[in-house]
Amino acid sequence: MAGYYEGLLILVGINIIAVIGVSILTGFTRLFSFGNGGFMAIGAYTGAILSTKLHTPLAVSILGGMLMAGFVAFLLGKITLGLKGDYFLIATLGFGESVRVIIENLQGVTGGARGYSGIPMKTDLFVIVISVALAIFIAWNILHSKIGRNFMAIREQEIAADAIGIDTAKYKNIAFVISAMFAAWAGVLFAHYFTFIVPIMFNLAKSSEMTITVVIGGLGSLTGSIVATTLLTLLPELARAAAEYRMLAYGVAVVLIITLRPSGLMGYKEFSARAIYYWVRDLFSRKAVKSGEEVSS
Amino acid sequence: MTEAILSIQDLQKNFGGVVATRDFCLEIEKNQIVGLIGPNGAGKTTIFNIITGIYTPSAGTVKFLGNDLVGKKPFQIAQAGIARTFQNIRLFQKLSVLDNVIMASHKDCTYSVFGAMTHLGAFRKNEKEVRERSMQLLEMVGLQDITDRIAGGLPYGHQRRLEIARALAIRPKLLLLDEPAAGMNAEESEDLCSFVFDLHKKFDLTIFLIEHHMDVVMKLCDEITVLNFGQTICQGTPQQVIADPHVIEAYLGEEK
Repeated sequence: MAGYYEGLLILVGINIIAVIGVSILTGFTRLFSFGNGGFMAIGAYTGAILSTKLHTPLAVSILGGMLMAGFVAFLLGKITLGLKGDYFLIATLGFGESVRVIIENLQGVTGGARGYSGIPMKTDLFVIVISVALAIFIAWNILHSKIGRNFMAIREQEIAADAIGIDTAKYKNIAFVISAMFAAWAGVLFAHYFTFIVPIMFNLAKSSEMTITVVIGGLGSLTGSIVATTLLTLLPELARAAAEYRMLAYGVAVVLIITLRPSGLMGYKEFSARAIYYWVRDLFSRKAVKSGEEVSS
Repeated sequence: MTEAILSIQDLQKNFGGVVATRDFCLEIEKNQIVGLIGPNGAGKTTIFNIITGIYTPSAGTVKFLGNDLVGKKPFQIAQAGIARTFQNIRLFQKLSVLDNVIMASHKDCTYSVFGAMTHLGAFRKNEKEVRERSMQLLEMVGLQDITDRIAGGLPYGHQRRLEIARALAIRPKLLLLDEPAAGMNAEESEDLCSFVFDLHKKFDLTIFLIEHHMDVVMKLCDEITVLNFGQTICQGTPQQVIADPHVIEAYLGEEK
């Protein structure tokens, strides 16, 4: 059964990379996208074609997929990011679906709706561990630099961000391109793990799943997104019998989170060893105080 | 002859059929503190919003250090050297006091995208400098002991000071203050006066402010412009303004 658990971990890793992109876009810049499945598809197909037709190594296929998706996101962002929040969301939703339809109709290049097969199996646990570590490293560093701070300025107060000289249109587009590139990275790994891809794998359900994961993990917490992805990928697998009810469970979870804890599980907080240590220490000291009170009374 | 840092000619702004500002002219010279006063709805904030590029004027020109600002985007105007605060404070509410100032220092972060991705090379040194400068600014406005607090939880007066510190972080040549003493009592606005005057001296800063507290305006300003219903009714030194019959009429009502 080692293969099964390895496969599970690979799936978790792929989802983490895609969700990190959505976390940067939605959690830190507060732009909602329901089209990141489309970027994942662009990455998957670009990477798959590079690997099968040009026999490029995996790293090159990944870079190719990321560049392609980043370029498309740049153009799309130029056109749509001038739109106000809700309209941008609708535009990304339309984009995600049209990518799927375009791939289905480009039979000669993509294999159409029947799928693209014969992709070399190159994504193993080693590749996933390296990729996830690198993705987290880069995302964390970007968020803790000028770029990430500009994203957060846009999220918190766009008029003030303008007033301190941040080119908000440019930085929104940067966030959009970064999220597309992470989605494509995940897409290439996905294609090289399953060795067979069909457009329907990257539909609206996939896009909304990623956004839902970020909302549950906390809009503004990178580690929260990672933990939420791990939970949401593993739980349905561990409770196989209930797996069909996954989307139902997502729906219920989102309703509960939005009403009870609108900032998500983690809010703006990040998991860190120190924070956990303080939390545990507080827990114990509070208990100590309580028992002290009981003694005194 | 001192040079004009901001020069506004025949400015007009209409919202539909409503004329918010009419034939507004103003010259601000370097190192002056200039005040803009007038009853509610006189169009004071509209003028600030035109200068900072939030509104496009219906007619007229705005020149800053000789460059035309009309049609420029707000962030370009900020980068050109005009910083502002807002009447209804606009801080990054959920972030820390220090982060608010660091975020405004983005132009001081000169590292590359690669530096941002890896935190290698000049990144650490550069970030440390930005941090230190932000601390200095916070010290100047007297918030150095509460840099880790969340901005939205600060008392009102501190939020105003933080907003000024954030505005200073972009190294402005001209600072626009929109009702800095709003909601303050006499003693607090007295403090604010000396605080603003200190900044003016320390940074060689030209300041343009909107204010309702007459004592603040009288004490700080070299020149005052009085607006009423979008129209300039008086322009001059504090002594001239307070003696002007039009001003008395606008503020106290017509003598019967």
